[in-house]
Amino acid sequence: MDIHDAHVYLLRFLNELSTQFQRVPGSAIFLRYVKASYQNDPVRSAVELFLLLFFVRYLLAPKYSTQKQNYVQLSDEEIDELVDDWTPEPLVAPQTAFEEAENEKHPVIVGPTGPKSKLANGRTVMNLASYNFYNFLANEMLKEKAIQTLRTYGVGPCGPPGFYGTQDVHVKTEADIAAFLGAPACIIYAQAFSTISSVIPAFSKRGDIIIADKAVNYAIRKGIQISRSAVRWYEHNDIEDLERVLIKTTKEQARKPLTRRFIVTEGIFENVGDIVDLPKIVRDKFTIELKLRYKFRLILDETWSFGVLGRSGRGVTEQQNVDAAEVDFLVGSLAGPLCAGGGFCAGSDEIVEHQRISASAYTYSAALPAMLATTASETLGMLQSNPDILTQLRENTKAMRAQLDPRSDWVVCASAVENPIMLLVLKPEVVASRGLSAEEHDRLLQDVVDETLANGVLITRTKRMPQPLHAGPKEIGWQLQPALKVCITTGLSRKEIEKAGITIRHAITRIMTRKR
Amino acid sequence: MPRPTNPFASSASPSSSTPPLPVKNEKGSSRRQSASKANKITQFFSTSPKSKNQDSSASATFALLAAAQQQALVSPSPQISSASLSLPTISLSTATADNSTMDTPPTTLFQPPSPAEARRIAKQHAQFGPLGHQSHRYVSKCVDDNFPEPVMDEPPYYYLLTTYISYLILIIFGHVRDFFGKRFREENYRHLKARNGYAPLNSDFDNFYVRRLKMRINDCFSRPVTGVPGRYITLIDRRSDDHNLHFQLTGTTTETLNMSSYNYLGFAQSEGPCADAVEEVVRKYGMSTCSPRGDVGTTDLHVEVEELIARFVGKPSAMVFSMGFSTNATAFPALMGKGCLIISDELNHASIRFGARLSGAMIEMFKHNDMNDLERLLREVISQGQPRTHRPWRKILVVVEGLYSMEGTMCNLPGILALKKKYKFSLFVDEAHSIGALGPNGRGVCNYFGVDPAEVDILMGTLTKSFGANGGYIAGDKAVIDKLRVTNAGTVYAESPTPPVLMQISTALRIITGEVAPGQGEERLQRLAFNSRYLRLGLKRLGFIVYGHDDSPIIPLLLYNPAKMPAFSHEMLRRKISVVVVGYPATPLVSSRARFCVSAAHTKDDLDRLLVACDEIGSVLQLKFSSGVAGGAEPLSSNDGGRNGANIAPRPPRWSLSDVLKTGVQDVKSPLR
Repeated sequence: MDIHDAHVYLLRFLNELSTQFQRVPGSAIFLRYVKASYQNDPVRSAVELFLLLFFVRYLLAPKYSTQKQNYVQLSDEEIDELVDDWTPEPLVAPQTAFEEAENEKHPVIVGPTGPKSKLANGRTVMNLASYNFYNFLANEMLKEKAIQTLRTYGVGPCGPPGFYGTQDVHVKTEADIAAFLGAPACIIYAQAFSTISSVIPAFSKRGDIIIADKAVNYAIRKGIQISRSAVRWYEHNDIEDLERVLIKTTKEQARKPLTRRFIVTEGIFENVGDIVDLPKIVRDKFTIELKLRYKFRLILDETWSFGVLGRSGRGVTEQQNVDAAEVDFLVGSLAGPLCAGGGFCAGSDEIVEHQRISASAYTYSAALPAMLATTASETLGMLQSNPDILTQLRENTKAMRAQLDPRSDWVVCASAVENPIMLLVLKPEVVASRGLSAEEHDRLLQDVVDETLANGVLITRTKRMPQPLHAGPKEIGWQLQPALKVCITTGLSRKEIEKAGITIRHAITRIMTRKR
Repeated sequence: MPRPTNPFASSASPSSSTPPLPVKNEKGSSRRQSASKANKITQFFSTSPKSKNQDSSASATFALLAAAQQQALVSPSPQISSASLSLPTISLSTATADNSTMDTPPTTLFQPPSPAEARRIAKQHAQFGPLGHQSHRYVSKCVDDNFPEPVMDEPPYYYLLTTYISYLILIIFGHVRDFFGKRFREENYRHLKARNGYAPLNSDFDNFYVRRLKMRINDCFSRPVTGVPGRYITLIDRRSDDHNLHFQLTGTTTETLNMSSYNYLGFAQSEGPCADAVEEVVRKYGMSTCSPRGDVGTTDLHVEVEELIARFVGKPSAMVFSMGFSTNATAFPALMGKGCLIISDELNHASIRFGARLSGAMIEMFKHNDMNDLERLLREVISQGQPRTHRPWRKILVVVEGLYSMEGTMCNLPGILALKKKYKFSLFVDEAHSIGALGPNGRGVCNYFGVDPAEVDILMGTLTKSFGANGGYIAGDKAVIDKLRVTNAGTVYAESPTPPVLMQISTALRIITGEVAPGQGEERLQRLAFNSRYLRLGLKRLGFIVYGHDDSPIIPLLLYNPAKMPAFSHEMLRRKISVVVVGYPATPLVSSRARFCVSAAHTKDDLDRLLVACDEIGSVLQLKFSSGVAGGAEPLSSNDGGRNGANIAPRPPRWSLSDVLKTGVQDVKSPLR
């Protein structure tokens, strides 16, 4: 009975199947073809069917193995046991004594930042640590402008630029910067630090090639890392080495498909303080352009040189008489000397427009507050209309340098003459004779900073670049030499600068000669 | 109707979109004296404010409109005609028409506000609408012990199929145009080809989507705006003669209802306690600190704001950054490294992915908000250990967002915390959208679920959204934050948050907690919660498919077909409402959507106006295709209440607009169906 039912059901099902099959257009032809071809050879039909199925499976299968290599099959009990067993490390490692001290001693300014700032302990000190080079912070006109903007736009734009966050003030600031630099277009980001880390991966992808200076700053390194491009380093500011790397890379790539290639360098090096030799990168002595010869695009990070170098602060391009249009990507900061906030990238229309949809820090972040954008426009205008302040800054820098560089037995100034951020490093012979370890070196400089502060001058020191956690020694790479950082400002008179210079020099001597 | 203005002029007067015509007729009306101010509303209807010139008359008219809206709000059951809602200009003209036919002078004696005063009020209301009625409040709180997953409704297959076909057609057309374009208009494609030895900056293939699909609807994105992105937002009109390749500003502006900014608590204001405090701080501190936090960029303001934030989110310690994106981008490398594992929700924000990739840790993903998948993954990774070596992981960090910006869903925090107890991982919650927007006190997801914040290891959030400022914060235990202060690249290198931004944050926080302007913060929180639920319920009842949890202020309305994105955006713009439309690649290919971001600055009237617009557009564009599984059903007549009674097969909800508007306010208070 049951079997009979099943049989009937099966027959009906097969019947249904065959009628359905016959309904498919062309099924008759297919059937006839199969019958005609393999009348006497059912095995062959079976083999062909198997091949067909295999082919379909092969087509649908992913191109790479989805099987996890090395996978260990475990029972639920075993997994539970392993889960119980597992004890994670604490989320962060405990602070070292040095870090603790650093946190504790960290200066907190009460009230406005200025050439003379009041600290939380109540003392007023000379501030040679802020990037307030032209003392725009104290400018009443800028404050009025900012308040006007506040009363029209509020503070935050409450949205990313793509979704109603592009305000007319942003467009204006972009146009102002582009006009100031003589670049075709410009895009502004909400933070200077994230700008270059976002610009590089927006263009350079896996398979592309980046050639970078060994001493570039942390943000550039992170940008390169996220881009997944192949990176070659050349010795810091060594044009011969750059050319060597360029030639080598070009040779290697000759037979491969053409990829995007970039040279990444800085205007003023944040870690070292010196200035790039741009004409040599752009042109060699026969004025045949090096980057053009080897077909590389140039990404120039002017975070520390924009607003500082050149007659009116246009940066390294103005100082070294290079057309800004020859630099493909010109990245700069509005947060440092301009006393506003945000960063920018200037370049061709194509480059700028591409960033608007593919640079992550632009697309996925809220736009710059309107007040900061207008302030940047204003300070740019002030630099342009009053280039004397740049001269004044250089005078002050020179005055400070005269107090430190030639007169100190212990330190030299690694920064270029025009750089208002003076990086004072211990002389190599001092480091060698004392056999300083990295931590001792840092501590020594921190002691100098503390001593200087005790004498009424606020300076800082450069911090080592944060290392990836649990990184092996191979991954550390280039290391900066720790330095004291002295930032010059026009807010102090020449006298005051000289006095501060003497204080710093004496503090260094005191710390270096004290008995250990 | 746009009014010509210089797009770059920072005009202080709100540029109204209403024609100044009607008020001009009223210039002769007499002014009445009275000391009482209690009934200003009636005043608006009895006489029009004095206006000396055209310019002020425009804003005065606007004040009239605001007052008219207020009038409608005060009455508990407003009779709102759809026409008056969708087009404010029409409602205005009818109001003034009534006015002119009013022959008997009103008996109430009030001094009309001076034009300057009227202008001020109008401006204020354009940024933050007045509360219509005390009933338009609700407390954002998880009421259900068993946190319900939102039901994802699906449209009929017809729409999915047509969506795929649309994309197919778009792609085919794109390729055909490329084929001919590359031959006859070579100059347009030059940037995609290798040129004198340089590889193209954009690959032809990567650029195809942008060039051929996004370009078609480019006018819906990056619309330039001016002024405060508050309740209304002023768009700068632009037009394109070359199919969105370039835009020309027409020199006019349009004031639109702002359903697009992340202004959850309505702190985007150019006046009020926040702006006053900011002004003062600019005068005192200047615009910047000109230094990273690690150097000398720390002022007393930073210390104060960090303390406030820590107290607000319920953590011992906090630190602030000048950008939300880089907060995440720098936090992960400082926390995780080689031998660590980051488990991330598949829909986490780009900044989390950016940071996670920088950290060098392994990254695994689990299905969005799927606790079973998370548990499966945890069991697998913990038992297997690190790939190849099988060593145990140093640590595992699960990263979720409090509120997902494209889905409107909240993370299932109770579920994750239950897993956390068992599997001992650390938890990082990105509260970019949820801080301020969720919870009875606005303190984020922990507050919403009534969870002790101490159970979450790291609470990260942005200050851009709810607080109307900029930047981000990380809060955690003191040991963690102290360590991060010295190891985090964001403190060492990035510029520190500027004084005005910090002041905005601290004042906004103080308003929320009630220290400044008591009662205002509570009103903002409750209005946001009410508005979110009200709009969501209304849309569901009208028959739209919306995603997300009921209390979330992000309401994505599903459009599916790609052509409906620009259509929806344009139709909304015609009704003077600015909305965000998003499609692939921000969403899956099929589920293009419009996203509404509700704000406390919106009044119920604004939302009604939006519902009317959605109703009209939804009918024309065939967007009402919900099946009823996700809510919008008739309220239960019996009082057994809640979702338990929903054992009847769901019927597609297709309420009439008037029913939606009539019952919305009461029904919002009970669990939404």
